Amino acid sequence: MAPKYHGVDFYALDTLLSEEERAVRDTVRTWVDEQLIPVIGDAYIEGKFPKQLIPGMAELGLFGANLPEEYGCAGLNNVAYGLIMQELERGDSGVRSFASVQGALVMYPIYAFGSDEQKKKWLPEMASGKVIGCFGLTEPDYGSNPAGMITTAKETKDGWVLNGAKMWITNGSTAQVAVVWAKIGAQNDANSIRGFLVPTSTKGFSAKDQKGKLSLRASDTSELVLQDVHIPKDAILPKSGGLKSPLMCLTQARYGISWGALGAAMACYDEAVSYSKNRIMFGRPIGGFQLQQARLAEMLTEITKAQLLVLQLGRLKDQGTMTPQQVSLAKRNNVDMATDVARETRRLLGANGILAEYQAMRHLANLESVYTYEGTHDVHTLVLGQEITGISAFE
Amino acid sequence: MKIAVCIKRVADSETRVKVAGDGKSLDDAGVKFILNPYDEFAVEEALQRKEKAGAGEVVVLALGGATAQETIRTALAMGADRGILLQTDAVPADGFVTAQAIATELKAGGPWDLVLFGKMAIDDYNSQVGPMVAELLDLPCVTSVSHLTIENGIATADREIEGAVEVVQCPVPAVITTDKGINEPRYPALKGIMAAKKKPLEVKPVSLSGGAIEVLEMQPPPARKEGKIVGEGAAAVPELVKLLREEAKVL
Repeated sequence: MAPKYHGVDFYALDTLLSEEERAVRDTVRTWVDEQLIPVIGDAYIEGKFPKQLIPGMAELGLFGANLPEEYGCAGLNNVAYGLIMQELERGDSGVRSFASVQGALVMYPIYAFGSDEQKKKWLPEMASGKVIGCFGLTEPDYGSNPAGMITTAKETKDGWVLNGAKMWITNGSTAQVAVVWAKIGAQNDANSIRGFLVPTSTKGFSAKDQKGKLSLRASDTSELVLQDVHIPKDAILPKSGGLKSPLMCLTQARYGISWGALGAAMACYDEAVSYSKNRIMFGRPIGGFQLQQARLAEMLTEITKAQLLVLQLGRLKDQGTMTPQQVSLAKRNNVDMATDVARETRRLLGANGILAEYQAMRHLANLESVYTYEGTHDVHTLVLGQEITGISAFE
Repeated sequence: MKIAVCIKRVADSETRVKVAGDGKSLDDAGVKFILNPYDEFAVEEALQRKEKAGAGEVVVLALGGATAQETIRTALAMGADRGILLQTDAVPADGFVTAQAIATELKAGGPWDLVLFGKMAIDDYNSQVGPMVAELLDLPCVTSVSHLTIENGIATADREIEGAVEVVQCPVPAVITTDKGINEPRYPALKGIMAAKKKPLEVKPVSLSGGAIEVLEMQPPPARKEGKIVGEGAAAVPELVKLLREEAKVL
């Protein structure tokens, strides 16, 4: 059996979790140890998402786990949901990304902006993993500035015609349905952005995997092209309106990322501690040297702070008072922290640290993407700057 | 198909345990407790049999402190229907005392089509309670079962014995204790974890007395001596063989 992971809990934070929250975390933790970690190294090197894990993830109820039971979801609170993301990304950021996209970026907008028919049609199928979704917001020339998107949806007599291109789309080539964001009005009218449910089998829709990735290799990332894609009238998400709608989805996903990055950091820290105790140099474990102890002390400190941050963020989300700016702070801090922890672990492991047999380099390479996606580190800095000063740096 | 599964809350085998101040019990502080892994096989076996039968009830029974409710809920999250905790201050050292309490409860709640236990608890390695309960209920008992079929009121069970498999038969109802290999226990799904909160869990305080066994002392195993690395690669083999022969005397 795979070795069991025991977590990092220097401040007895487990006592702040409910029995169900711990049970959810422990179930996913065991699943990650037994099913994900044994296959992830090879999947990463081959550059393939480990698709065989999808049925198991669905059976556990990992997709859209914080959405209501009436749609076939687990109906968990947001702390339990966060703990799922933490454990998945302890395995790999690519697998956590898969679950984030499915749950927070596709199931959530259907839940929040969809009609009753859309919810009933799509959510149970997506919770059970029978339908995989992707989320198309970012475009080749509009990343941090999604308001400028040029993808359009023109209304016709019997439906909509979509034209445009989307870039960096996780699950793009695997998905059966895409949530595509497009403008129904003038090019300069960001208020006219609406969400559309586009079956990927629709004529004119194509997805091409992006090749040559050195990060998130165990995840499918694609470019979507929409060329005269005709979809019916009821394909629009009726309650979506303006850029605010996709940004609400991103807030959900970023919330999960704040927890996920923490998981990657915890995995690296665990590897660093274990290696430092076992690797002998100059006749003693390298953990006995001050430089490595400083590394480990720094990691533990930062992880503990990050744990407190997301736990309180989750409680605020459950109370309904969480703000997007608070999510920006957590995403920005935790991903940056995790990247540092992964890098320091990589270095502590010396030459071994570059091998796929160890986790640190894979996490480090992954986290460079996580640092950039879902609002770059820099954009979250400016979000906070605006929150503090009341002055927007990018408008 | 009404099946009783008797389970135990045990310290996780990978947790580092410490002997408490009294020198004869474990310090619970910071220890992670789990459903005894062999009992997981028993729970899974019960669930599969109920699912195959298409109807029935799986009742989980534990004896222990109030915290054992959490362990029962793990089994409920896997899919068991209801739980009973025989609540005591501590699990007695004498398995017979435990067996008597469990047998009394099973008699009152029966009849059962099947009574399942894990083959042993990973904390005390006694393997006693299952067979003792069988005796008290006057039921046949097969221990350490790695494969089980039941047809026409006859249970056929495989037992892994030294270098071979022993196949035995007995009539049901019977007490079966489960070993690794009998099945692959499921993960408690998240919906199951949420549903477990709403399933009935009856807490019955029991006062236990008697018992002929007393724990006098607990000692941690002696610290393992530090290993020695004699070198790397093929060049180190002669030295390794020499040390294994002369120093460790294992060759």
